[in-house]
Amino acid sequence: MGKSGRYVKASALLILLGIAAALPWLLGKYQVRILTLAMAWTIATLSLNLILGYTGQASLAHGAFLGIGAYAFGIMVQRVGLNFWISLPLACVVTALLGLLVGLPSLRTKGPYFAIVTLCFNVIILKVFENWNWLSGGIQGQVVPRPAFLTQRWARYYFVLAFLLLTLVAMRLIVKSLLGVTLMSIRSNEDLAEAVGINSFRNKLLAFVISCFVVGLAGALLALENGQLDFTITNYLYSFYLLIYLLIGGVATLSGPVVGTIGLYFLLDYMKNIGIKGVEEFRYFLFGLILLLVIIFFPMGITGGVKRAWEWARGRFRKGEAGEVAG
Amino acid sequence: MTALLKVQGLTRLFGGLVAVNKVDFEVPEGSILGIIGPNGAGKSTLFNLIGGTIPPSEGKIFFAGRDITGWRPYRVAREGIARTFQTTALFEELPVYVNLVIGRRMRTRSGLGDVLSRTPRMRRERDETTAKVMEVLEFTGLGRYAGEPAGSIPQEAQKRLAIGVALMGEPRLLLLDEPTGGVGMGETDEIIDLIGRVRERGITVCVIEHKMRMMMSLADRMVVLNFGVKIAEGEPRKVCEDPAVIEAYLGECIA
Repeated sequence: MGKSGRYVKASALLILLGIAAALPWLLGKYQVRILTLAMAWTIATLSLNLILGYTGQASLAHGAFLGIGAYAFGIMVQRVGLNFWISLPLACVVTALLGLLVGLPSLRTKGPYFAIVTLCFNVIILKVFENWNWLSGGIQGQVVPRPAFLTQRWARYYFVLAFLLLTLVAMRLIVKSLLGVTLMSIRSNEDLAEAVGINSFRNKLLAFVISCFVVGLAGALLALENGQLDFTITNYLYSFYLLIYLLIGGVATLSGPVVGTIGLYFLLDYMKNIGIKGVEEFRYFLFGLILLLVIIFFPMGITGGVKRAWEWARGRFRKGEAGEVAG
Repeated sequence: MTALLKVQGLTRLFGGLVAVNKVDFEVPEGSILGIIGPNGAGKSTLFNLIGGTIPPSEGKIFFAGRDITGWRPYRVAREGIARTFQTTALFEELPVYVNLVIGRRMRTRSGLGDVLSRTPRMRRERDETTAKVMEVLEFTGLGRYAGEPAGSIPQEAQKRLAIGVALMGEPRLLLLDEPTGGVGMGETDEIIDLIGRVRERGITVCVIEHKMRMMMSLADRMVVLNFGVKIAEGEPRKVCEDPAVIEAYLGECIA
């Protein structure tokens, strides 16, 4: 990309940031809340993007780790009574450590086997949280108290936005680095990666642990925004939700997870509210239809499709110019 | 000359099939060893054993005096053995220069901490890697493809890139599995020239090839395999005239 391209990109980012900062004052209360939740989910999608999009390992355990992060945070803040600022990072560390324990055996498997093993783990975790009331609080769940500075809706919005930006910066630093290309080499051709001296297992494990750390953060932020949580947060359905957000937004890009998650989250919420009498689950049908269409027409997701359209348009423009000179 | 690579009684069974049967040979440092044999003779299996892709059933592999038998591929690579694959293996969707960067990764140490806090080590390693990429692009003549996805460049350029990726880690021994396979006659010369220049850099080479003429001019010594057994070894001309080799493989000496 040339200097002018970088300038355009930087300006676009600044404008986007400005809009994000102004939104709480432009949107209604309800929408601010939905947007806050959508941003927390985006962090979760970004975490899946690291292990699936960049490293090529399809984890279907992220619903479980989301729930583990949420509960770790909720238990520390509410029942242990730890300080908020200690609980939040500690919840991420706990999730990452569990990720290490799960990754050690499961990352020995490859491809669809890894997906199945991680899905099984998620099902087990859901059953555990469903049945161990002392841990999850059962159907009532538990409350998640908020610190004084986060009682306001807009304050929580900015709080989650800050963590989303932090996650994006960290992800960008990782994927543009030597570590990032190492992960991509494993996705691309694991045998060749090993043949050029890359310890693929160790790097996959590292990516998985980082990914769990980040999804733990997302879970904690969700619990914080909701003010309460119950065992359903560990549902494996959320693993598939994240997968769909990622596939529709665009795998192995940084903008894809943001566009896919926020876009779909709003769309689903909107469909929930319009509803169609007697067909409560109608929106899931639409959801499936959207997924199908995106996979057929935009195999690289929405951002991939936009990028291709942009390159196509630019290519035509260039050709036009060249044609004029030649003519 | 001392042997850089020494293979002793190397055997690999696949079920009841003996793919490689008690093979011994040595590769002196700085030389080029040619490995020939009919299809299914066990040549690629031999490379997979040396490279650590599969463990041997029996036998030993010594590299620079060190026993590397049964080591995982990434450890073998770090020890200084680089390789290319028969079906040209590249990181296809990634640009040519990124393929080269990955080839260098094992010589760098930047981890998560370096990456997130942009330490001096990370910057230094990034700059060193860039310099090495430039050098290898020049050496392999791939400069004009640098930004293109590796899977989209011509077949012959892909073969050179595979060698380039292998060179990024500064190996002492390079294993080439049919480096001119599927490449036209005129383009073969460029790859032969590249292999010659690799040797001039002091890198020892083992090469599997079917093109006998090419082997005659390139290899210092040859090993001939048939049904997993070494049936001949020596200077190319002598091997070519060996009745057992002619019987199994050549039909007649073509050189």
